[in-house]
Amino acid sequence: MAQLVQVDRERRRFARRHRAGRVTLYVLAVLAALAAAGPFVWAAITTFKQDSDLYRRNNNPFVFNKPPTTDHVELLLNRTGFTTFAWNTLWVGTLVVLITLALSIPAAYSLARLDMPWASRMGIAIFFVYLVPPTLLFLSLSRIVVALGLQDSAWSLVVIYPTITIPVSVWLLIGFLKTIPRDIEEQAMVDGHSRLGALVRVVVPLLFPGIVAVVVFAFTLTASEFIYALAFISPSAEKVISTGVPTELVRGDVFFWQSLQAATVLVAVPVALVFNLFLNRFIAGFTQGAVKG
Amino acid sequence: MTAPARRRLADRDSTLGWLFLTPTVVYILALVGLPFGLAVAFSLSDVTGGDPSFDWVGLRNFERILADPVFWRSLRNTFVFTAISMLLIVIFGKVLANILLAEFRGRWLVRFLVLLPWTTPVALSTLTWLWLLDSVFSPIDWVLRRLGLIESNLFWLGQPNLAMASVIMVHVWRLVPLAAVIMLAGLLSVPKDVQEQAAVDGAGYWRRMFEITIPLTAPVIAISALFGAIFTFTDMAVVYVLTRGGPTNETQVLASWAFFRGIEGSDIGQGAAIALFLLPLLLAAAIAILRAVRRMEVS
Repeated sequence: MAQLVQVDRERRRFARRHRAGRVTLYVLAVLAALAAAGPFVWAAITTFKQDSDLYRRNNNPFVFNKPPTTDHVELLLNRTGFTTFAWNTLWVGTLVVLITLALSIPAAYSLARLDMPWASRMGIAIFFVYLVPPTLLFLSLSRIVVALGLQDSAWSLVVIYPTITIPVSVWLLIGFLKTIPRDIEEQAMVDGHSRLGALVRVVVPLLFPGIVAVVVFAFTLTASEFIYALAFISPSAEKVISTGVPTELVRGDVFFWQSLQAATVLVAVPVALVFNLFLNRFIAGFTQGAVKG
Repeated sequence: MTAPARRRLADRDSTLGWLFLTPTVVYILALVGLPFGLAVAFSLSDVTGGDPSFDWVGLRNFERILADPVFWRSLRNTFVFTAISMLLIVIFGKVLANILLAEFRGRWLVRFLVLLPWTTPVALSTLTWLWLLDSVFSPIDWVLRRLGLIESNLFWLGQPNLAMASVIMVHVWRLVPLAAVIMLAGLLSVPKDVQEQAAVDGAGYWRRMFEITIPLTAPVIAISALFGAIFTFTDMAVVYVLTRGGPTNETQVLASWAFFRGIEGSDIGQGAAIALFLLPLLLAAAIAILRAVRRMEVS
């Protein structure tokens, strides 16, 4: 009897602790979401504010004290190069991702599978390339860009950005390749495929999660990049989002705040949505790359 | 399979290996190796934006920057910002990873929201912060004023200490999601039965956390610290947009100082010399962390 009471008390204690744990979890989750997304929510509110509402020191910044307006979104979309910048970011990013994949899949395969001499050392060396900061390289790279005749053209970024994305991508892909059993491609080769055929028909489909991780990582790195884009390109029509928006909407001391916030929200939300869709695959990629690479 | 056929296959493998690797190696040598060499050469020259002719000046650029108090200030700030950010990124990232791991309603939405800071281009999210920390219209100040905690605005970016705190805050805010995703990956790789066994043996949540989960995922935590450090250490966008190094170079870091000197000040030689200080520091940190990771993996 005493034992039963004891068990019952234990169970209730456990349930209480469990409930407390759930509450803590929800509180923390809400806090994290607020801390991360709060600035964006507030940016979204700012976007639709009238000047006379926004620039009044004692107005509540979180509500519309005057009717909301879409003027500033229109300004952003129709009277600045925003759409051009977005388009430039998109096509530069896409090409960079393609170049990255085209170079890093074979390189990673070669280092992970083809018994190259010093393969693991070469893998680490390629990762260290990633550590060479753009701040160190941009001065001489701008000379090289001039020599290539690509100054003031978004194509310069297509040529240069893979220097940032390839090292991480090779490192990630090596990790993914290590999780694919060798037997599978050996079986494919026994079945009459060449090494190359086995790579294309068998390994690449299995590598798909890793490729997705690389695509996401490479694209966000490219879209965020600031120094090269700032240093290489000055004409407006060739600028990308991260340099174009600040230069067009900050004129001397005048900040077009609502339009700036609109730009942030319009860029952030779609990218985060796509990224979120891929998150699970991306997580899988990092585990392999980090732990087994 | 006969012996010669196998050898032919092996031969083809090594040819293929080089064929696959060469484009990447050539590309990296051409666009990282060559400019790196050039950067070293620039740092030993008097190249400027107005006078692009290359004249050897030996270590004069280094002497000049070593005599410049702004350089020392930047060097100190780089370390302070990186160390504090890295610590906070790891702590918050760890907490966030545990939140994202748990099953709860609305997890998808929370994941989407906490990813926003990382997926937004730095320059844009920093602009949002610039407005959040505005000297007159900052909503943070507005709330604090309403609560009666402050009389007048704090002037976030105008006071040295607050400006430094702001730079660190933006770095942490931006990089915590990445660290969390990396650590989440690590957590997912911890075998469930180890956890369950410990729970059955009566180990509470915190005990399991500190005696099992953290030691087992230590390599991944180190990797996320490494990424946090790299991104903070080499970033100039936050400082460039938020404070432009101000007030009076109080928040200047090596990366931004190199940019102001090299591009805006047009003194390419000095800019290169300043930027060159980044590399050995970064390499040392990376090697230390990767070593630690390997040691942890072996044990």
